[in-house]
Amino acid sequence: MIALLIAAPLLGAAVLLCGGRRLDKAGHWIGTALAFVSFGLGAVLFAGLLGRGAEDRTLVQHLYSWVPVEGFQADVAFRLDQLSITFVLLITGVGSLIHVYSIGYMEHDERRRRFFGYLNLFLAAMLILVLADNYLLLYLGWEGVGLASYLLIGFWQHKPSAATAAKKAFLVNRVGDMGLSIAVMLMFTTFGTFAFTPVLDSVGAATSGAAAPVGEGTLTAIALMLLLAACGKSAQVPLQSWLGDAMEGPTPVSALIHAATMVTAGVYLIVRSGAIFDAAPDAQLVVTVVGAVTLIFGAIVGCAKDDIKKALAGSTMSQIGYMVLAAGLGPIGYAVAIMHLVTHGFFKAGLFLGAGSVMHGMNDEVDMRKYGGLRKYMPVTFVTFGLGYLAIIGFPGLSGFFSKDLIIEAAFAKGGVQGWILGTVTLVGAGITAYYMTRVMLMTFFGEERWRNLPAASPDAPDVEPAAGHGGVPHPHESPKVMTVPMIVLAFGSVFAGAFFGIGERFVHWLEPVTSFEHGHPPVSALTVTAATVTVMAIGVGLAWLHYGRRPVPVVAPRGSLLTRAARRDLYQDDFNHVVLVRGGEHLTRSLVYVDHTLVDGVVNGTAAGVGGLSSRMRRLQNGFARSYAVSMFGGTAVLVAATLLMRAV
Amino acid sequence: MSFPLLTATAVLPALGAVATAAVPAARRTAAKWLALLVSLATLVLAVVVAVRFEPGGARYQLTETYEWIPAFGVRWELGVDGIGVALMLLTALLIPFIVLAGWHDADPLETRSKRWRPTQGFFALILMVEAMVILSFEATDVFLFYIFFEAMLIPMYFLIGGFGDRAHQGGEEAAATQRSYAAVKFLLYNLAGGLIMLAAVIGLYVAAGSFSLPDIVAARASGELEMGANTERLLFLGFFFAFAVKAPLWPLHTWLPNAMGEATAPVAVLITAVVDKVGTFAMLRFCLGLFPEASKWATPVVLVLALISIVYGALLAVGQRDIKRLVAYASISHFGFIILGIFVMTSQGQSGATLYMVNHGISTAALMLVAGFLISRRGSRLIADYGGVQKVAPVLAGTFLIGGLATLSLPGLAPFVSEFLVLVGAFARYPVVGIIATFGIVLAALYTLVLYQRTMTGPVKPELVKLPDLRVRELAVVAPLIALLIFLGVYPKPLTDLVNPAVRHTMSDVQEHDPEPEVEAAK
Repeated sequence: MIALLIAAPLLGAAVLLCGGRRLDKAGHWIGTALAFVSFGLGAVLFAGLLGRGAEDRTLVQHLYSWVPVEGFQADVAFRLDQLSITFVLLITGVGSLIHVYSIGYMEHDERRRRFFGYLNLFLAAMLILVLADNYLLLYLGWEGVGLASYLLIGFWQHKPSAATAAKKAFLVNRVGDMGLSIAVMLMFTTFGTFAFTPVLDSVGAATSGAAAPVGEGTLTAIALMLLLAACGKSAQVPLQSWLGDAMEGPTPVSALIHAATMVTAGVYLIVRSGAIFDAAPDAQLVVTVVGAVTLIFGAIVGCAKDDIKKALAGSTMSQIGYMVLAAGLGPIGYAVAIMHLVTHGFFKAGLFLGAGSVMHGMNDEVDMRKYGGLRKYMPVTFVTFGLGYLAIIGFPGLSGFFSKDLIIEAAFAKGGVQGWILGTVTLVGAGITAYYMTRVMLMTFFGEERWRNLPAASPDAPDVEPAAGHGGVPHPHESPKVMTVPMIVLAFGSVFAGAFFGIGERFVHWLEPVTSFEHGHPPVSALTVTAATVTVMAIGVGLAWLHYGRRPVPVVAPRGSLLTRAARRDLYQDDFNHVVLVRGGEHLTRSLVYVDHTLVDGVVNGTAAGVGGLSSRMRRLQNGFARSYAVSMFGGTAVLVAATLLMRAV
Repeated sequence: MSFPLLTATAVLPALGAVATAAVPAARRTAAKWLALLVSLATLVLAVVVAVRFEPGGARYQLTETYEWIPAFGVRWELGVDGIGVALMLLTALLIPFIVLAGWHDADPLETRSKRWRPTQGFFALILMVEAMVILSFEATDVFLFYIFFEAMLIPMYFLIGGFGDRAHQGGEEAAATQRSYAAVKFLLYNLAGGLIMLAAVIGLYVAAGSFSLPDIVAARASGELEMGANTERLLFLGFFFAFAVKAPLWPLHTWLPNAMGEATAPVAVLITAVVDKVGTFAMLRFCLGLFPEASKWATPVVLVLALISIVYGALLAVGQRDIKRLVAYASISHFGFIILGIFVMTSQGQSGATLYMVNHGISTAALMLVAGFLISRRGSRLIADYGGVQKVAPVLAGTFLIGGLATLSLPGLAPFVSEFLVLVGAFARYPVVGIIATFGIVLAALYTLVLYQRTMTGPVKPELVKLPDLRVRELAVVAPLIALLIFLGVYPKPLTDLVNPAVRHTMSDVQEHDPEPEVEAAK
């Protein structure tokens, strides 16, 4: 049953990618249907789990032995529990909706069949990631989603920028993957296995003194390596640089992979490995610091971008920062992190789909400075985007309010100076979130209609998505039903999911058997925290309104302050990478090529020459001598063999 | 006496080679079909060997022993263990694809006279190499092994020097010069290694009084045969040097990029996927089996050289401008992994190394053969001459990508399993070595994806607009290889079952045990 869940989209990917042109007409329906099949199976499994007792909700399905080698056992086994089913429903649910949306969005693309094949491949890999019962199989899903992400970011391969962005995403992720593989190796040498239950149990037993002690240093090392992996996949500092570029992919991809599901895999990894992190407080501290830094980093970048998708990407980074920070807090934070992950999945996917809908109606323009006043032309998009907006800034009553507020409380509850610092950071982050999201909202849907009289700039500049490309003045229009219905469903989730999960701590109790849960005790009352959050949010909204609501937005970006310019360039992190890693690497490889050609080759040849005086002979050999030499050698051997055989016969 | 199956598996392609060479000049196509049929029949025999082989049984099975040169104790002594079976299967499997991929590589050029008949020779030489390689995997007599180890150089030399890649930017003249330079370099490097090995083989006979591998190993294990530490080390070095040239290990690697660059793509596959495997296979069978103490003595140096190979090969692959040389340097990096796995002396490392030999053969074949199809279309090996191919030839680009992903060891494809086993095996004993080797996976992603990006994506180059997609024959070459990569990636058990017992034997030869997990050790 669990395997079928994965098999459905995998089958879809195989059929669509190998099927050839015959399937062009039906491909998108096959892909979408199989995504829904997977969702349906997920729902059935979920119902099955609900029917069991809270402590009895772990199902393990052992399929076969994957890599059986002396002393090394890796199985293809799946594990369904409260944590993984939560992800399954999120992945297949949001995934199915985005499949539907893509039918409309990719309608004019001649390679739509392949697009759906890649989307199905992604679903299958992501399901393997969250359902795997050991770290090696998780690794398979981990790189599988990386591959799908690579293929989808670079879907419009004829654009050099898309191909470069895809390669960059894969490479940066590979650095993270190094962390994951070293973590698995460390587990193997420490515990002799890397299946979830034995590893996590023996960590628990070891720290409680029930079994042989495992050095805290080892556990810290494992935890830090897992964190490195999480940083790569979830675009956390210092491996965040690929996410902004990944927006080169078609917008449904940004919504599904680079907002709702894949980028949250790092959070899943940390929460799943909670026992290890609990036993390694130093590593936990690093996790919270990474989360806090990324939270602010992403938010600052999000404030400065004029490209609507890149602004949202900054926001994604920042929101995942929240989750990572929460996951670093230990049992008070795990369930909260996952809850924010799910609500974020709804509203951020909805926001991206909204952005895609806007672009669809605006000749694929992505520069928000060339939008304005669109609410009249795209009412459905406006309302759904607006609800997503209210959810992400944490407007009281909507889902972001519940989940973010819990994280802020948990951060304060960490206690001591750390708690105050982390709490303040999360609060400030909430303010900046309100600011940049209000900015997006105002620049897109309010204000004057700046797209009416644009300066002669051509709309199909190199960085513009090429699907439609009519040129001229855009005629904003609402998107077809096939696109708006998924947006409405997601908006529904953005509004109510938080309340549904949050009231009575339903979500937290659901996850508790897997992630364990402790109530935090913030130094100030929960009500104060909530009040502070709402106040900070209001300040953020107000400031944005002062900057972008009251004053007209210039079509061409002003030069901006030092910070704005830095933020536009992703705080110069890319430039650093370019200068140090790319240039440095180029010099290194170039000089190595030279060294190999002259030095290594020369020394080896020279030694040979010195030993046997081969060098002068080499020249002669080149004039055909070697050929005759080889012939004579071959002939000689043949004669020898024949002679000995004959001798034996005689 | 039972049917000499192992001998037959090698004699069949050898006879096939003679028959192919004897086909009249005008019947070129018949020669090709004959070669293909012979290679397929050999594959059938190899499969029979694999089926008859019992993984849990004796160490060497299907053994055959005939007296050959009694005066020197040289015997025609064959036998296979699981590792030998796996590599024999790989060889027998790849040759039909190599033949099929090289279908038109030796067609006569119009400028040549009608009496020129390289076609028959080309396919005959390939079959000859197959016979020699299979015998090297089967021989358990050290001298017998040495003969085939050396003899395969001759057909290889002609394949490299006589049938070069026609895609050459310097024109026909430059191609001929470079080709013969590459062929001579190949021959000289390997002959030098072989000569030193010959001395060691004779030395071994003097010390042990026998050429029979099982006898010597048994005698050493039971303590009947004592060998001084210095003698053992010297003999080890003699063997190891020859294998390190063939494998090839840094700094003896420079012949490989030349040879693979100048040879046609199928011959390049023959070099790296088949012939070079004899080197790594022989390290595992002869170096570790005959000289366990010296192997352990040399381990630190070998590991460092293997690490250098991994990182250095990958960095140089990044810097290449020629597609085939890039694949060659990538192979050097992969051979580093194989040798690392052999010498870390853990079960995981050695199983991984053996699987790696098989998987690297398949993945490199897939990547290199598709690259060859691409090169033959455009007539250039330079990466800069390509761009946007996926737009005009999506199937070619897709298969190229899968070959590339296998090269970078993507989980789900066969090479991941072996690479991870080698890494785990290395890490378990030498954590620092394992971590350094892990950098290889990032570099592999770099050179593969840069190659894919520069050739396949971006705007279509004007010269490539009419580039045809893969033809049926070409697809028939690539599709089974890709299917196999996926199959062995998700279900490598058939292969590991074959290899595990053999690895257990090797581990007991060198008297090493896997390091225990920390938790167990503490108990």
